[in-house]
Amino acid sequence: MKLKAILLATAATAMFAGGTAVAGNHSLALEPCENCADELTVVSWGGAYQQSQINAYSAPYTEATGVTFTWDESSAEAVAKLRAMNEAGNVTWDLVDVVASDALRLCDEGLALELDGDTDLAAAPDGTSADEDFGALRVNDCFVPQIVYSTTFGYRTDMVGDNPPDEICDIFDLEAYPGKRALQKRPIDNLEWATYCNGTAKEDIYDVLSTDEGVDAALAKLDTIKDEVVWWTAGAETPQLLADGEVVMGSTYNGRLFSAIVEQDQPIGMMWDMQSFDLDGWIVPTGLSEEKANRVKHFLKFATDTQRLADQAKYISYGPARASSAPLVGKHEELGIEMAPHMPTDPANSANVHNYDYTWWADNRDDLDAKFQAWLAQ
Amino acid sequence: MNSAVTDTMESMPDDGVMRAADGTPLKKSLARALRREKLRSFVLIAPLLLFILISFLAPIADMLFRSVQNDIVSDTLPETVQVLADWDPTSGDAPDEAVFAALYRDFYQAREQRIHTRLGSRLNYESPGFSGMFRRTGREIRRYDEAGPYKSQFIETDEDWGSVETWRIIQKFSPRYTPGYYLTAIDAESTSDSLQLKPEDERIYLKLFVRTMWMSIAITVSCLLLGYPIAYLLAHVKRSTANVLLILVLLPFWTSLLVRTSAWKVLLQQQGVINDILVWANLIDDAGRLVMINNQTGTIIAMTHILLPFMILPLYSVMQTISPSYVRAAKSLGATDLTAFWKVYFPNTIPGIGAGAILVFILAIGYYITPELVGGTQGVFISNRIAFHISTSLNWGLAAALGAMLLLLVLALFYCYDRIVGIDNVKLG
Repeated sequence: MKLKAILLATAATAMFAGGTAVAGNHSLALEPCENCADELTVVSWGGAYQQSQINAYSAPYTEATGVTFTWDESSAEAVAKLRAMNEAGNVTWDLVDVVASDALRLCDEGLALELDGDTDLAAAPDGTSADEDFGALRVNDCFVPQIVYSTTFGYRTDMVGDNPPDEICDIFDLEAYPGKRALQKRPIDNLEWATYCNGTAKEDIYDVLSTDEGVDAALAKLDTIKDEVVWWTAGAETPQLLADGEVVMGSTYNGRLFSAIVEQDQPIGMMWDMQSFDLDGWIVPTGLSEEKANRVKHFLKFATDTQRLADQAKYISYGPARASSAPLVGKHEELGIEMAPHMPTDPANSANVHNYDYTWWADNRDDLDAKFQAWLAQ
Repeated sequence: MNSAVTDTMESMPDDGVMRAADGTPLKKSLARALRREKLRSFVLIAPLLLFILISFLAPIADMLFRSVQNDIVSDTLPETVQVLADWDPTSGDAPDEAVFAALYRDFYQAREQRIHTRLGSRLNYESPGFSGMFRRTGREIRRYDEAGPYKSQFIETDEDWGSVETWRIIQKFSPRYTPGYYLTAIDAESTSDSLQLKPEDERIYLKLFVRTMWMSIAITVSCLLLGYPIAYLLAHVKRSTANVLLILVLLPFWTSLLVRTSAWKVLLQQQGVINDILVWANLIDDAGRLVMINNQTGTIIAMTHILLPFMILPLYSVMQTISPSYVRAAKSLGATDLTAFWKVYFPNTIPGIGAGAILVFILAIGYYITPELVGGTQGVFISNRIAFHISTSLNWGLAAALGAMLLLLVLALFYCYDRIVGIDNVKLG
């Protein structure tokens, strides 16, 4: 609940600040970096998201320091690859973009470096320390959050008549909304939504899912629509399926839906009910050489300061993870529209959100993954 | 002949042995030359051999070795494993304080090195609940009273530390090698007293192996049915026409695999081209659109298309070598078209069928990306599970065991194939 409170506060400040924020025109007086490498290999997700990082973080950094960047689009397999590199004793990545749950795993296994919020990260302009500025979003000492995104639903406006879905349990309603739905091929979120729609109160979801009966009930709920589900693994699949009219509704990352609706003008509507907040951010692998480590920390301090995080929101509809960045969120760089209403954290969108419990999932993920995969194969 | 050579020839002893120009016996000199020749060819292939060894065979061997490797338990909890060896699981009681004291020291160390969660995940493969228990214990162990007693403190963190089953599993997986991954790979588990298959709703691997097999066979058969007439056509038209047609066969071969697979998505999906045409032609109504993708049909169609060139090319090259006079001779002896084809032409193409079938089948059985994209949940192969365990669940031991079984399966099939068809009868051209 603490997480949600912070997110909402962030969004509220963003509302008041409106479009008055001045982006750009930031001074790039960087501290000198001593004994530092002059190249970095950064791992991210590719696509529009990586482009927003290049625009907001690495391009200005290169301009100021001359450091060259190599981008690797391997974030989806980052945990497996980092583990293999670590075993081989040859870590070739310097900075890796991962979701919070992967960061927990990497940090737990000692594959990610612990970072000190006071020395390794930049304080907010008003002097608030980085740790306080990030708040609960900094889920552990290895993880430096960048953005808040959400997994939420989009639906075909022309296939639902006058009765668009407006609450999460509509995904289980095959009578009102016949047709296929796209869901992510993993237990996370799907089990929670199913449990919630089984009539469990939001705060009891994880207690129920901690029991075998609870998991069975959730899978039984999913069974009711199993034949009508297209399972996706890449975030781009749902917007494509929606655009083709293959599915009537589907879950995906809110930024993907934003692109499909606003940039590509598809007949798609957003359903924000019970959207699942998640975080994406940086980790630094352990085992880097000293020059590399110095350089990557220097870059990280720059790239996660208040202005840089706010800059990223000009290119993609994900909310910055620092409280102090929110007032600086402005307009879309090319389309010139206000970005705040498209943020998952906007009060109008976040009336009923689902905050997923990282620690609970870290403890139970292996079990439920196996169960879920066996259920899928039945 | 110059004078130097004449001199040596003259100085040779006359003992009846054939000698080379420099006086060494011819036999020896020949052997030396052959040896040099062999050495030279070995040096020439050495880079390739070394490359294959280092970049192909060694990694495969290393990966397969993981399917039995189980160092992690005794490396992470060395003292516990030793003390635990004396504990008897049939006693019905959890181990005593001495084991927990050892566990405390080992676990504390492991927590400092942050390797306890890896062991938790490892044991979780054998029995659900370990991962969470190890994580919880890792979070709390720093607050434990160092002076003990330890047993009660562990049980307070997680009551499963007090259960016999927990310790039975730790004891059972203490050795450095384990058959555990292979058992999981055939949906079996060993309980305290016996080996048995897992409950029906948790079995997936055997089902996937069977599915991989029959779908690969289906793909091979459909490749043969589609490829044979095309190869026949190629072999029986004018050379120049054949070349143009051959380019048509090869063109998709040169296109990216992902592009071809995505193209099938566009064609086959319910709002796709094929369904649209069928609806437009009134063959089906709008509500009854065919489901041809995200299921087994989708996988078979897309993979048949992708693997078709591997069937056509060997067939074509074999058919080219069959002399047209055979069929003419058969006909002149009174055979009908069908008899001439079936009794004379077809048997001659069997080496090509053999080569094409084995190529397509072996490629199909290990295919991964196409089933993943168009197979939904019912059209995926065992290779998709292997990929899942490598990159998502990080259960590399199980991935290695599944991979080893797939490899064995292919080798066994290859052996049967050799016995039935005969590998000498396979012709690639």
